[in-house]
Amino acid sequence: MKSNLIDYTLHLADTALILSQRNSEWCGHGPILEQDIAITNISLDLLGQARNFYQYAATLTGGEATEDSLAYLRTEREFKNLLLVEQENGDWGQTILRQYLFSQFQYLMFEKLQQCSDEQLAAIASKSIKETAYHLRWSSEWVCRLGDGTKESHERMLLAIEELWRYTGEMFESAVYETIINVASLKEDWMQRVSAVFSEATLPVPENVFMQTGGKKGIHTELLGFMLTELQYVQRTYPGAEW
Amino acid sequence: MVNPKSIEEKKIWDILETVTDPEVPVLTITDLGIVRDVIIDDDNIEIIITPTYTGCPAMDMITMQIRLAMLENGYSNVKITSVLSPAWTTDWMSEEGKRKLKEYGIAPPDKKISIPKDGVTCPQCNSTNTKLISEFGSTACKALYQCNDCKEPFDYFKCH
Ligand SMILES: [Zn+2]
Repeated sequence: MKSNLIDYTLHLADTALILSQRNSEWCGHGPILEQDIAITNISLDLLGQARNFYQYAATLTGGEATEDSLAYLRTEREFKNLLLVEQENGDWGQTILRQYLFSQFQYLMFEKLQQCSDEQLAAIASKSIKETAYHLRWSSEWVCRLGDGTKESHERMLLAIEELWRYTGEMFESAVYETIINVASLKEDWMQRVSAVFSEATLPVPENVFMQTGGKKGIHTELLGFMLTELQYVQRTYPGAEW
Repeated sequence: MVNPKSIEEKKIWDILETVTDPEVPVLTITDLGIVRDVIIDDDNIEIIITPTYTGCPAMDMITMQIRLAMLENGYSNVKITSVLSPAWTTDWMSEEGKRKLKEYGIAPPDKKISIPKDGVTCPQCNSTNTKLISEFGSTACKALYQCNDCKEPFDYFKCH
């Protein structure tokens, strides 16, 4: 039971950390200053969430485990993040869509998690959902702006959907350790809300797409290894380095 | 918010009153409502704090500053515990804190504008003819505005 709780907490932590890392790649490269600041603020919020989950996982694990050892010294196959969040930034539209699809899910998931039986997970969820509400509003507005924007922005959003939709099914498939909340029960609500935003954005909701899964079990796309190489470089090269 | 139960506890709250937020230096951590409780057990003191924002990078620094301020006043057995629940809200910011924010040029949180939109009162000229530029500002707690009357850009401390 306890190992399920640790694995689930790590799954939540890894997902937040990897999306934070991806978004942070925009730092200094955003399309305009205000949006550069927005995406890096979101990155910071996600990093804060990741830290809270890692700290809790470290307490549960005991021994030498710390938030840092869990983030920096686990291998690709040990990471349990969703495949969606490790996908490349692509253009601004793809980054926006990835954020929106995830934030829409995360918001519904935190609503459930804040009422769960585990006090600490519930506390982290109630704290984080306030920030997720911002991410959700910001990214859904951008989906509408780009989808219902110019011919080019609309086409780019279509490409982004084609690229990312296949990774959304995994969010609603429970991993063996995922016993605290029933993610499958969130799917209908998520679909409805995404459909409403897509409809406002004049974007089609794909049907009958084959879903790629595996992230929750540690089976990732080839992209994660490259990310971890960069993310973990300092601690791998100079173990225990502090500054 | 919290009424000190003893002279000793009052002394500690007074010390905490001198620790400021590194990102908004006019506010003390008690103005912000970050300090939730002070527990005294003989020589051992526990200070319970809660973070404002999940990713607030100032929290580590605030913890260190509390430790230093306590040490300067002769308290060495201090344990600082961070709790997440109940989650911090701008409702815990003191009226004095809101006044200081405005004086500093940051519009204080306004319950009527819980989601940032046009119309936050300009801290410079008090006009409500103001425009939201971005929901995300220079730090996690702020949104960016511009006043249509005096033309000054300003930060709004978001309701949370
Ligand atoms: Zn003004």
